[in-house]
Amino acid sequence: MITIIDYEMGNLGSIQNMFKYIGVESTIESDPDKIKNASKILLPGVGSFDMAMKKIKEKNLYEVLNEKALKEQVPTLGICLGMQLLTTQSEEGTVDGFDWIPAKTMSFKNRIDADLKIPHMGWNIVSQSNKSIITKNFQDFDEVRFYFVHSYFVKIEHEKNSILKTKYGIEFDSAIQKDNIFGAQFHPEKSHKFGMTLFENFARI
Amino acid sequence: MLRTRVIPCLLLKDASLVKTVKFKEYNYIGDPVNTVRIFNELEVDELMFLDIFASKENRKINFNILRDIANECFMPLSYGGNIKSLEDAKKIFEIGFEKIVINSNAFGNLKLIEEIAQYFGNQSVVGSIDVKTTFWGKEKLFSHHGKRKQSDDLVTWAKKMEDAGAGELLITSIDREGSWDGYDTDLLKRVTDSVGIPVIANGGAGNIDHIGEAVRESNVSACAVGSMVVYQKKGMGVLVNFPDRKKLERSLNG
Repeated sequence: MITIIDYEMGNLGSIQNMFKYIGVESTIESDPDKIKNASKILLPGVGSFDMAMKKIKEKNLYEVLNEKALKEQVPTLGICLGMQLLTTQSEEGTVDGFDWIPAKTMSFKNRIDADLKIPHMGWNIVSQSNKSIITKNFQDFDEVRFYFVHSYFVKIEHEKNSILKTKYGIEFDSAIQKDNIFGAQFHPEKSHKFGMTLFENFARI
Repeated sequence: MLRTRVIPCLLLKDASLVKTVKFKEYNYIGDPVNTVRIFNELEVDELMFLDIFASKENRKINFNILRDIANECFMPLSYGGNIKSLEDAKKIFEIGFEKIVINSNAFGNLKLIEEIAQYFGNQSVVGSIDVKTTFWGKEKLFSHHGKRKQSDDLVTWAKKMEDAGAGELLITSIDREGSWDGYDTDLLKRVTDSVGIPVIANGGAGNIDHIGEAVRESNVSACAVGSMVVYQKKGMGVLVNFPDRKKLERSLNG
């Protein structure tokens, strides 16, 4: 059972649709008492960094999520903005992130060619930087591509925590991992068989 | 490298998919859910659904169909058709679509785009403009699926939509729509030259060379396709299909 965290930021329906399609049970939850019992956590997110952290705190989810991810070490996957929240801080705002993985969230603005549009939106390919359980069978595909929509990207502090990289003007970390904590910048729920494979891998941990 | 998106643009009429020619002749294509299942298997980049009667006849948005579609589709989805408020947009996003397309209801009310873009981000709003050459040879914008003539000119209106917060523009040539003759690259280029946001070409795609041509000659970021992905060939029967990815890439890079 995968517990999808609902803090009013993001498109939870399509994530749950994909889990249903691949035969994995999932539940959408915003109650900290119920999240206490989660065995696997998915942290979604669309919107701005500060707003997301603010909502998480308002809904009393900050402590319980820290407890689950760091102390209990349940497998936790952050996607899109949910991945950026795993980092130390973001140039998008002033509020600190969860700081579960040493990394920074940085802006594409002024770091890539001016003729490249921001947000980075569309399908792009990923390449493996370090092996991970959630990308274990990616070599079965000729090319692995995912759907991205983001204006900020993650730069990891220690190279070993990068599991996938993508180029858009510059190379950034499109998936990261530290122990039981995973992050994916792209939208697996909108990326056909590639997203399904990643979700299945996560569900099977 | 970021791939140029090729987006099947599917037209809803009541609970059916139809295909038009120059915004007329409503030919039945099939059941939307069955059709999207095929596109899902073909792993298309993105799908766009336009309810072409919604604003024309001021009908309510058919949320049930959108829900059925979202349950089957694991790709980016956009919907257009009589979106009147932030509340409508919220419902569509909750269902699992990530973009909404606004055309008719923006005329005289750019606030609609502003509001939705502020709440959900610019990337979630596609501004749509339908263009037609009139009997007198003048280029005019039309709303309500070709029913209502508007006075704004193309480039000015495109810029206004961008300023209001649209993250992308869908530019449709009514004259080319359903024609298989290729995109109106001059028309598209005038828009890409004057806005900073991505432009989706629409109307006229008949083969993959047309797609490559639009990207090279008019610098569009994406191409919407209709007839060529729902018919076997021009004048032939319904066959839901999608161009071979390798051939498409060759055409785009050629």
